[in-house]
Amino acid sequence: MSLRGMLDDLEPHFHKGGKWEKWYSLYEAVDTIFYSPPSVTKNTAHVRDGIDLKRIMITVWMCTFPAMFAGMFFHGGNAMEAIAAGAAEAPVGMTGWIMSTFGGAEYWAQPGVLTSMLYGACLFLPLYATTFIVGGFWEVLFATVRKHEINEGFFVTSVLFALTLPPDIPLWQVALGISFGVVVGKEVFGGTGKNFLNPALTGRAFLYFAYPAQISGDAVWVGADGYTGATALGIMAADGVEGLAAAGQAVTDFSWMSAFLGDVPGSFGEVSTLAIFIGGAVLLAMGIASWRVVLGVFVGMFLTSTLLNLIGSDTNPMFNVPWYWHLVVGGFAFGMIFMATDPVSAAMTNTGRLYYGALIGFMTVLIRCVNPAFPEGIMLAILFANLFAPLFDYFVVQANIKRRMARSV
Amino acid sequence: MEYYLSLFIRSIFIDNMALAFFLGMCTFLAISKKIQAALGLGIAVIVVLTITVPVNNLIYNYLLADGALAWAGYPDIDLSFLGLLSYIGVIAAIVQIMEMFLDKFVPALYNALGVFLPLITVNCAILGASLFMVERDYGFAESVVFGAGSGVGWALAIVALAGIREKLKYSDVPEGLRGLGITFITVGLMSLGFMSFGGIDL
Repeated sequence: MSLRGMLDDLEPHFHKGGKWEKWYSLYEAVDTIFYSPPSVTKNTAHVRDGIDLKRIMITVWMCTFPAMFAGMFFHGGNAMEAIAAGAAEAPVGMTGWIMSTFGGAEYWAQPGVLTSMLYGACLFLPLYATTFIVGGFWEVLFATVRKHEINEGFFVTSVLFALTLPPDIPLWQVALGISFGVVVGKEVFGGTGKNFLNPALTGRAFLYFAYPAQISGDAVWVGADGYTGATALGIMAADGVEGLAAAGQAVTDFSWMSAFLGDVPGSFGEVSTLAIFIGGAVLLAMGIASWRVVLGVFVGMFLTSTLLNLIGSDTNPMFNVPWYWHLVVGGFAFGMIFMATDPVSAAMTNTGRLYYGALIGFMTVLIRCVNPAFPEGIMLAILFANLFAPLFDYFVVQANIKRRMARSV
Repeated sequence: MEYYLSLFIRSIFIDNMALAFFLGMCTFLAISKKIQAALGLGIAVIVVLTITVPVNNLIYNYLLADGALAWAGYPDIDLSFLGLLSYIGVIAAIVQIMEMFLDKFVPALYNALGVFLPLITVNCAILGASLFMVERDYGFAESVVFGAGSGVGWALAIVALAGIREKLKYSDVPEGLRGLGITFITVGLMSLGFMSFGGIDL
């Protein structure tokens, strides 16, 4: 029996009066993963296109893969380097068992690509699985009770949330964070497309303010117990770019190149700027991510950091960090490509998108440089710009109305 | 000059009346359904704050504070227990004047604001600003800057909230949360966004 036939056979059970009527949203989710929905727009004036919300979301999800795999590879490699250098203990329990079974007794001594990937997967997959299961539970619960569709937007939210986490975070916090992000950030407003803040970042920010000890500081950025090492941004805030070279650790030398490729401590998704740009190029080429937002973020960051360079400061080394360093360290690239371009929480008008992006770039550099409380600014900058996105739209639309009124008289 | 600039920035963003101190919530939640009305109210609050805080500053420094009446020959009198009363009186008077002004010159805004214009009198953001001014010992120039900054911050917050609420018209909020419930959640999430300024020391 074909898959279509099987689904068609099952379908009546899920309709009103069928025995699984309650689970219609689950059936619908599975059905539309494999086939385009049969329903079409009834009225005139609509666009015929093969790509719908589902395909868009799946494409974004796939575009995070380069960053995800690069993150696994470098985190696995770095953790083993730390163990080999004696700066951290070899993992026990599940990870230790998997690694010594497949990698041999002293697997950390000569880590190959595959061993690194395996170690990275042992670090990342539990986080991702927790995110997916807990977040998915809320998604299905709301879809079932409120009778809306289960949306692929959750694929994106879950992967983006998991990629912003440091490797050492406890799993119960992951579950709490994604619950907050999905329920308060999205579902109370009615689901995908109806929220005003990026749900993944809402969850991340919630964790950041609720449990700062586990999600910031020096001990969490490399996936091996007992290792302490600051992120590039943390070092810069104290000693500037010059301090980076001197601060070389067991796992990285902190050159610009290693920050660009991803061989630095950090959250999973953010380390490899190169891999993020590969995924981002696909998104931009397909027109899924708005190039205006990305351009706006970049220009905002460029102008603000250059301005701060010109002002200069003797006491605050962050003022002297040039733009090409801002680009590769921390979560800037990840936020610019994947978070800022979220079509729901960004501005909707084209002009508005440019301003919205510029606000993010500006705020990111400002928070990084001026605010001593937070080393990284992109998360809060995007949340802040989300608040003002509807306003940008409003003023762009008003200006447009005004222009057209002037033209018509 | 730099000091006044940082005071201005701080009162807009870091010590935001609405999103950091949660003052003026009543009007904040009630008049934020339309951007147009929110803008009007925001401007009204800016004007009222910019006038009342310095006026109250003068009243406090030259009439009420301990020893303030020295110029009149009574160096031992401390009238600061009359503070609340006088500040509210000043605020009520200013709001009354402004109401008449709007009624005469901007009737559209006057009608949009409705009962909430006189209610600015009891808007705790306005009284709060005067009390902060006293508590932090601001001078006259400082209180002008602080009043204007607090007003701008509050206006910014209410206009942003109105923008979000106009967007949320298309959302599908669960039955029990519609109206004020979801607005409270929205404001909570907004102040999460405003946390980006927390910790800046200007």
